[in-house]
Amino acid sequence: MISVQGLSKSYGPTQAVRDLSFSVDRGEVVGFLGPNGAGKSTTMKILCGYLPADAGEVRIAGFDVFGESLKARSRIGYLPENVPLYPEMRVREYLGYRAALKGVRARRTEEKVLDALELCHLGHVRNQLIGTLSKGYRQRVGLADALVNEPDILVLDEPTIGLDPNQIREVRSLIKGLAARHTVLLSSHILSEVEMTCSRVLIMNRGRIVATGTPGELRKNARVPLGGSVRLEARVQDPDAALKAITSLDFVASATMTGEGGEWTSFEIESSEGDHRPELFGEAVRRGWIVRELSSREATLEEIFTSFVTGDPERESVSSGDSTGGKQS
Amino acid sequence: MRVFGALWKREVASAFHTPMAWVILFFLMLVTGFNFYAGVTVLNHGATEVTVVESFFNTIFFWFPFLLLFPLLTMRLFSEEFRSGTIEPLMTAPVRDTQVVLAKFLGVLFLYCVLWLPTGVYFLIFWWQTHLTAAGAVGAYLGSYLLLLLMGMFYLSLGCFCSSLTRHQITAGVMTFAVISLFFMTGLLSFLAGHTGQLMQGVSITFSPIDQMTQFSRGIIDTRPIVCYLVMTALCLFLTLQSFQARRWRS
Repeated sequence: MISVQGLSKSYGPTQAVRDLSFSVDRGEVVGFLGPNGAGKSTTMKILCGYLPADAGEVRIAGFDVFGESLKARSRIGYLPENVPLYPEMRVREYLGYRAALKGVRARRTEEKVLDALELCHLGHVRNQLIGTLSKGYRQRVGLADALVNEPDILVLDEPTIGLDPNQIREVRSLIKGLAARHTVLLSSHILSEVEMTCSRVLIMNRGRIVATGTPGELRKNARVPLGGSVRLEARVQDPDAALKAITSLDFVASATMTGEGGEWTSFEIESSEGDHRPELFGEAVRRGWIVRELSSREATLEEIFTSFVTGDPERESVSSGDSTGGKQS
Repeated sequence: MRVFGALWKREVASAFHTPMAWVILFFLMLVTGFNFYAGVTVLNHGATEVTVVESFFNTIFFWFPFLLLFPLLTMRLFSEEFRSGTIEPLMTAPVRDTQVVLAKFLGVLFLYCVLWLPTGVYFLIFWWQTHLTAAGAVGAYLGSYLLLLLMGMFYLSLGCFCSSLTRHQITAGVMTFAVISLFFMTGLLSFLAGHTGQLMQGVSITFSPIDQMTQFSRGIIDTRPIVCYLVMTALCLFLTLQSFQARRWRS
């Protein structure tokens, strides 16, 4: 549906996109992930025919974005970042206008507009001036606009930015619902969002794709030493002796005491490849520790992302705090 | 055609859905109403050679609001789309640049015509009250309003061009006013360079809106200004299109 070959774009001396290549198949929901300034928005603007590229080829549903721009554009529904709208128009009037621009036939416009209004839960504000709408509603108007002519491809630039948690949940479920009928490319810098909605993730940094795959594949390929990080929380007589005992086990690379002083003491144990929880449990039983927690930690997408983007797994929390945190198993 | 219709309709609607069009209409009617009253008053002072139509279109009360109209009407056309970012959804829809430029131009031209329409009512009222025609012949009405339309087309297209150059409305407005003033002032060249020769005088009279209006409002219709304004309008619209397309390379 979307195929990008060797795409480059620079703004003056700043290279925003460098030799980018990727493709998206019909029915996929692909997430574009990257920190601010990674080139996500620029790439999307080029895909939608708004910006010309310096080099490279972009095909949308088989049409060249530069050569057959109108045909390509009519197959894309685009939600720009910050959703610019005309404040003096009413919601329904705006969607009717957009439908006409996108070549929806006059007698089908009414029906399509009503469908879009319903899908985006805009029915009760359909006669309101856009200028009086809250951010969440404006976002939904933008989404309804992208959907109104039922395009094959949806390109959504940061669809949940600036929304409150409730609205975020709504927009996400809406996007998930759209996946059945459209090919979706969405960008985000919130990792949990991409993890929840997308079947495939492209991680972008400084104009390049640094990693691609399903969230699961990315986890496997991450450049983080994820061999095994085990958390052990237990009641022990002598924490220092216990730490020494754990460190002396042959599969343990390093161990630290993370919580101490109360009834329970907790340890973070880095071990070599593989699952070493049974051995640890055996050791605990031998020494008479009462175990409350013994869990191995999987890397979150967030850590993977950070490792790809900065090469430094220690720096976490690139996103704006909306992520689901560490996954325990 | 449907795309063009939708674009044009939005242009016109956006002017009338905001107070702008109404405020301009109100003050224009106020000033032209006073101007008409002044024209009629001249008649009350005894016999004169000028008709009401002639005096209506040839006073400072006509020219001053006339010149102010163009920056006010055109400055937001493109600048506002650039500034608010609505240009992005607009140009990612399957519309052609030419459609957008023409729709904006014809939209504002329509607005301009609507603004001048009520002035025709003045002449109707004059005829109804005095049972005299305000002009010597039908040609005087035709000539005046034709020139009004032609000058409007040219100055509006100039305004479109200025607006397409910048994302700041005020900058566009100031540029429009400056350029239109320059064209308007060509008529004053004959005063400055009155003694320099026939050629200069000829040029200045041909291009001077004031001289043209004096002729046209008598019903004397010269084809040279007609062709000139049409060509200039086409040129300005062409430049607007170029500048509008260049935004892609500027951004």
